Amino acid sequence: MKNALSSLWQSLWQRWFGDPVRAFGVVSLLLLISLAIAPAKNYFSEWRHYQNQYLALIRSRGEAVTLQRHFHDGIQQIWIPQLGVVDRCTTCHAGLKETSLADANLPQPFRRHPVIPHTLDQFGCVMCHRGQGPATTVEQAHSSTEAWEQPTLPARYVQSSCGQCHRDPLTGTPQLNVGRNLLGRYGCVHCHTIKLPDGSAIKPTDDPPSLGHIADKTTREWIYAWLKDPQAYAVTATMPNFKLSDPDARDISAFLIANSTPIVGDTAPVSPAGKDQKAPDPAAGASLYGESFCASCHAVQNAAGNVVGGDVGPELTRIGNKVKPEWLRAWLRNPRVYDSGTAMPHYRFTDPQLSLLTAFLGNKTDSDLLANVHLDAATPEQIAHGKLLVTEYGCASCHEISGIKKPDNFAPELTRIGSKPLTQIIFLPGMAHAIPDYIAAKIRQPRSFGAALKMPQFSLAPAQIDALTTALLSLTDRAHDLPLALTVPAKPPSNYEPAGKAGQLMADLACFSCHAINGRGGDMAPDLTWEGSSVQRQWLLAFLKSPGTLRPALIRRMPRFNLSDDDAKELTDYIMTVYQTPAFDRDSMPASGYPPNQVEQGKQLFYSKYACQGCHIVDTKVDKGYVGPTLTQVGLRLNAAWIYQWLKDPQTMRPGAIEPNRNMNDEDARALTAFLMTQKGPSKQEAKK
Amino acid sequence: MSRHSRTLFVVLLILMSAGCTRKPGPASPLKPTGFGAALVESSGGKQIGATGSVLAQPLVVQVNDEQGNAVTGALVDFSGPAGVSFDPPSGLTDSSGQLSTNVALGGMAGRYQLIAHTLAKTQKPVELKIEEIALGYQQELGFQLDNKYCARCHDPESTPERVSNYDNLEVKPHPFTEGDTLNKLSDADLTAIISHGGPALNKSALMPPYGYTLSKTEIEALISYIRLVSDPPYHASGMVYAEK
Repeated sequence: MKNALSSLWQSLWQRWFGDPVRAFGVVSLLLLISLAIAPAKNYFSEWRHYQNQYLALIRSRGEAVTLQRHFHDGIQQIWIPQLGVVDRCTTCHAGLKETSLADANLPQPFRRHPVIPHTLDQFGCVMCHRGQGPATTVEQAHSSTEAWEQPTLPARYVQSSCGQCHRDPLTGTPQLNVGRNLLGRYGCVHCHTIKLPDGSAIKPTDDPPSLGHIADKTTREWIYAWLKDPQAYAVTATMPNFKLSDPDARDISAFLIANSTPIVGDTAPVSPAGKDQKAPDPAAGASLYGESFCASCHAVQNAAGNVVGGDVGPELTRIGNKVKPEWLRAWLRNPRVYDSGTAMPHYRFTDPQLSLLTAFLGNKTDSDLLANVHLDAATPEQIAHGKLLVTEYGCASCHEISGIKKPDNFAPELTRIGSKPLTQIIFLPGMAHAIPDYIAAKIRQPRSFGAALKMPQFSLAPAQIDALTTALLSLTDRAHDLPLALTVPAKPPSNYEPAGKAGQLMADLACFSCHAINGRGGDMAPDLTWEGSSVQRQWLLAFLKSPGTLRPALIRRMPRFNLSDDDAKELTDYIMTVYQTPAFDRDSMPASGYPPNQVEQGKQLFYSKYACQGCHIVDTKVDKGYVGPTLTQVGLRLNAAWIYQWLKDPQTMRPGAIEPNRNMNDEDARALTAFLMTQKGPSKQEAKK
Repeated sequence: MSRHSRTLFVVLLILMSAGCTRKPGPASPLKPTGFGAALVESSGGKQIGATGSVLAQPLVVQVNDEQGNAVTGALVDFSGPAGVSFDPPSGLTDSSGQLSTNVALGGMAGRYQLIAHTLAKTQKPVELKIEEIALGYQQELGFQLDNKYCARCHDPESTPERVSNYDNLEVKPHPFTEGDTLNKLSDADLTAIISHGGPALNKSALMPPYGYTLSKTEIEALISYIRLVSDPPYHASGMVYAEK
């Protein structure tokens, strides 16, 4: 065999290099071939293949000349030094800017980029899509390679990229907004610190109750059932499931009850007047629940399984299983005794009303919930073990528990989770090695990464998981390292606090749970920042005493707080004095005395030119508009100068108002104001009919 | 010689086996226990979601037999255009004959036609086509604006949060899905109506002008949303680039 090989070798050598001329020829040929390698590689490169395809595509189209003129041969590059962007994506994606290539049937990579608020030249591609910008092959640009960990971002998370620069919610990024909201609402940031590029930290918004006095409020059996499965008690509960074993849940409930201290005044005898009282009428309780607009904040699951009502307060479907009647009565009388910072207003219910509501809510029970919970009296060992578990599971990260300090950095910080190096992550078998997949899987089933992990199981819908993942993916290195001038910082949070006795009243009534004033507060009810300029004093006073319906189509309305005359006057005075806009003089137009012809002209304008009846009602017999507030008594409710200014430009008076700006001239606005100021409602006798 | 070649052979075998990769087995070893004759959509069709997002409601289909009774244990699998994913992609129908799946839309805005298929007893494939709509950035913005400014009158359906004003209006507005009417209006016409109100095109004055409230970008976004949700689908007229 050896001989055969060497003879073959020798004959080949003879053939190619046998004499100098032949050797010279062969060597030249080899040299030529090796010189041709580089140009050939270039010629057969992937991107050139795509460019040729693109040229073939546009050649057959009617606007070929225009497209041909826009096309540039060779490697294209977008270079933005301040952002660290070097993107060659446009080499293959040649038609990104071509309006005529928007057709969805065109093959990729030649389609036009969908309309977005930025241009490619401003930001490049990888700012939003991730991937490896300078790469010139499909594989390297899109996928994760050994040298580049960041593959392109799946479309479902692309809104996260907007969040790198934009800190405030944008209209066009609902998913990101929801996700950021959930980070606070589900209390993620109790355990995980998330620092924002401006140095502030995301704050939780879920307000978990203090457990220091829990024995006043509920029973050990309920705590046990709740710990085992919070969603069995309330489907909307944001408390996660810690997958506790029966003994662990038993011991934690034992500890919490033993650790609880009573508060003076947070329980009240259920029937104070005597024991021979009749049972309160359930129908009257239901109607009081409705009249007090409890459903604006609290939800109840109906027979069909739908959760109906607001999400400011806890769900009340099985509240009778949870709270003790004497605690509930005291809570309804004044919730601030038990929890001074609660979002629940202090309704001034009368004793009979308290009995009605307590009985009505106490009947909201589910006989199955606590049926199988039988707990023996707790032993000191159980209580001690419970305390240990409470510390281990970090319960005090969210809840205030007397004797246990809130742990610092209980869970890993997530400030830069969106760019976490893959080498620091342990992936599950079969899982794509990419950050979005990791985050989503971790939120979906935290304990699938290890049964001993402490992160509990949250009950989140798939869309919520995507939203949370999107919000977390926006926390990238880039987001933190961008020059401040290139970011759009959040509006600083308002720490507005109304002063004096009125301020205390407003805190007591929890006005900010629904209304916003000077940038602070909820969005359920109208912004009251300029309320004093907007309304008439008499109307406001009467409204606070007994709120009527302004917008017939709304389900959520201002509840009646049973305010005393003094309190109502105090609030009215404060609002009328302090919440005044500097934009106009509220006395610049008279409340009455407009000439009849001007009023008539206003009426014509109302019904014909501006067709206001589409959304508003002035005459209940003819008009049906349900969108805006009813204007039958607007002459008693609003200030004339406010109406005039509002008609001229609603959005300046209240940002975000949906009434369109009609670019009204002064004469029309004056006539309409005159007409509206004469709307003082039907006389009382007429209303009675 | 023979020893050498045997070693060579063994080495070659080892090298070859190292080069081989294990092929993944079939994804779902589900065996159908029932066969239906028809597939019907129970819920989850015609939904609107952002590109790439998981639709809010799961897609639920039901398998029925010839008599229209629900079939339990029929194997249904879902497929769709590039980018669409299903969780789970296939499964057996439950005791009420239904199978539910979460749909994630693809990355490009537009209408997505999804297909659910099952096998009849005769091994004949049965198919059901379902349509979903994906909103890109521009259409998403339009959708938000629709919700804020338009839907109260243009959407006849009331929701728990919002009572529709549709029935209160003397001249009925056109719901944005009403393609038969809206597809006939050009972009310029729609822009004129939105900016200057109904009277601009001799239509109802109950439609107020929004030209001083919405920006040009917002109006464009709104129109692009209206075009996407219209039923029957809208096909842009105007310049047609014929193939040469």
